[in-house]
Amino acid sequence: MTGLTALKNAYLPESMRLIRRYPLIEGVHFFQVRAVDMTRALSLDYLPGQFMMVSIPGIGEAPFSISSTPSRPGLLEFGIRRVGRVTNAIFQLKENQIIGVRGPYGNGFPVEKIKGNDLIIVMGGLGAIPLRSLLLYALDNRDQFGNIYLLHGAKTPSEMLFREEFLNFRYRDDLTCLLTVDQDDTGKWPCYTGLVTRLFQQLTDIIPQKTYVAVCGPPVMYKFVVAELLKLNIPKHQILMTLERRMKCGVGKCGHCIIGGYIYTCVDGPIFTYWDVIHMKGLI
Amino acid sequence: MRAVKLRKQDLPAFLKCVQSFGELWGPVREKDRQVLKKTDDVNQIDLTTIRTSLPFKKLLFPPRFSMFHFSGNKYTTSLEHLPNRIIFGLHPCDIHALLIMDDFFTRSFDDPYYTERRKKTAIIGFSCIPDEKCFCHATKTDTVEEGFDLFLTDLDDFFLIWVGSSLGDDMTRECPKIIDEGILPEDLKKYVEWRKYRNSQFKMDIDLTSMPEIFDLSYDSVIWEEEGEKCLSCGACTIVCPTCPCYHVYDKIEMGKIEGERMRQWDSCLFKEYSMVAEGHNFRESRAERLKLRFTHKLQAFVGEYGKPACVGCGRCIETCPVDIDIATIVRRLRGEEVKV
Ligand SMILES: Cc1cc2nc3c(=O)[nH]c(=O)nc-3n(C[C@H](O)[C@H](O)[C@H](O)COP(=O)(O)OP(=O)(O)OC[C@H]3O[C@@H](n4cnc5c(N)ncnc54)[C@H](O)[C@@H]3O)c2cc1C
Ligand code: SF4
Ligand code: SF4
Ligand code: FES
Repeated sequence: MTGLTALKNAYLPESMRLIRRYPLIEGVHFFQVRAVDMTRALSLDYLPGQFMMVSIPGIGEAPFSISSTPSRPGLLEFGIRRVGRVTNAIFQLKENQIIGVRGPYGNGFPVEKIKGNDLIIVMGGLGAIPLRSLLLYALDNRDQFGNIYLLHGAKTPSEMLFREEFLNFRYRDDLTCLLTVDQDDTGKWPCYTGLVTRLFQQLTDIIPQKTYVAVCGPPVMYKFVVAELLKLNIPKHQILMTLERRMKCGVGKCGHCIIGGYIYTCVDGPIFTYWDVIHMKGLI
Repeated sequence: MRAVKLRKQDLPAFLKCVQSFGELWGPVREKDRQVLKKTDDVNQIDLTTIRTSLPFKKLLFPPRFSMFHFSGNKYTTSLEHLPNRIIFGLHPCDIHALLIMDDFFTRSFDDPYYTERRKKTAIIGFSCIPDEKCFCHATKTDTVEEGFDLFLTDLDDFFLIWVGSSLGDDMTRECPKIIDEGILPEDLKKYVEWRKYRNSQFKMDIDLTSMPEIFDLSYDSVIWEEEGEKCLSCGACTIVCPTCPCYHVYDKIEMGKIEGERMRQWDSCLFKEYSMVAEGHNFRESRAERLKLRFTHKLQAFVGEYGKPACVGCGRCIETCPVDIDIATIVRRLRGEEVKV
């Protein structure tokens, strides 16, 4: 243990300023924060797929995935859905207010392993939040990745997270951007309709051994997406998925996130390979 | 390891003497149970204690404490004013549990609430003769080579004291008049005989070999459902267990103020709310699932991670569970032995 880690109390939140917030979709808001200490703000490093604990004094803490990319230091971005006590309190916050944040925690995506390979990102629902980090990271370091595919499914256009940002990605020639909605309630949706699994028809020329896939979405999505990926012969250890568990500490101590008796989701996860998942009992 | 001797009648004087190193905590009888208590009167210490109702963990990570104070967005923690403590009377099983906790709380992230208390805690171990609930020989935690500052073995008319650390060494030198440096060949003989006698006193026999594989093969066993039916989800077994570290976090706020404390409190994996996530979805809805988690963690998962089970055979869960679900019953049932249900 180094002297530095011994000095720092991992449980104490750091002060960060809420810079900007706006709704992404009904019930989910975008929050941009920055460490009050500017040196810290610029040096705060993390991996796509890691999460932070956001603290509301008097109410409590909750884990949220980082949606920004470490390739653009300074600001941290979150997408937060309002569901209960802590998230209600977060939704009361106004720009310029100071909040407590600690982290980053979790293993994050193995970006060093993915580099040099093709990357398919499959997102649904809130899964877009952590995967946006990976997508932006890969695009910011474009020369280090092979082909990049984005597959994103939402129920309706108005329920698609980061809709405008992703619609603009259709015009990039260094990314295959496939967006779909189950139902077009606007009549003006310019992309696909149907389930996200249908987008796999568009994936031709996949070289399975050279391809990593990152999947994140509602539990029902995993089963169908994985079936498609196995049809494409993607190796099981190259399919990455994120899992959610209840978390109280984020640092492998409180025990709440434990899976199958030995995996601490907060330290060993939240990113697991499909290979891990089929070998861990009680996982999904 | 340095060893010295202490005459039996000098133990109170010795304990008084080491009190200059910190508060003395030891097993004290209270009605029908023995509790680990701070005691100024060394004569209160009950040397016949097999297991205190709560283990040492209550001193190193108390049942409930404030992690920090918050006032608006200012967070302040005070870990500077912790007292120096001596815990007297830990038996080998508890010392093994302490070593497991030392490892656990410093893995990946250092937990300052534990480590700061631990740094200020000295351990004086004490020998024991097992009762019908002890099975530390099965968990291989019946003897200790480390994890203590001093360790006393009761050899009838005197104590043989192993000196396990520099602090322990200082303690023996604090009271030179009563500490006897001369270990004679007959003392050694006495010690060997005592060890033989102690080994012969284990009454419970449980077989922990191949537990990880047995767990793998018993994942869908009916045993979990049947034991789950009985379990009351009271959490008593986890509260008394010296290797159960799980906790819950909540904020305590003073009425009408934005000031308060972030509290940490012992939790139990057997409580229903333990694995509940947003919108009330519970990953371990049934008691059977939760029991399985507890035992898989202790006897299978921990072995993979730390090379030994997270059970030290102290027998507290056997003594405590109101419906007789404990490590011994579960292990026997998983091995297919007859156990009355
Ligand atoms: C690694 C990780 C990353 C995450 N990333 C994100 C993210 O990017 N964005 C995001 O929005 N969310 C994310 N989450 C989920 C987020 O952490 C939860 O939504 C948040 O903790 C909810 O906190 P809360 O206090 O608002 O809700 P709570 O008040 O704790 O509960 C919400 C709901 O659950 C029910 N509930 C909770 N506890 C109980 C109980 N004991 N009994 C009965 N019902 C109960 C309540 O009925 C309530 O409706 C992530 C979670 C993890 C583990
Ligand atoms: S599981 Fe039971 S016997 Fe084992 S250490 Fe815990 S309380 Fe003691
Ligand atoms: S002490 Fe017994 S009844 Fe209570 S939670 Fe533990 S196993 Fe269940
Ligand atoms: S959140 Fe506390 S152990 Fe993982």
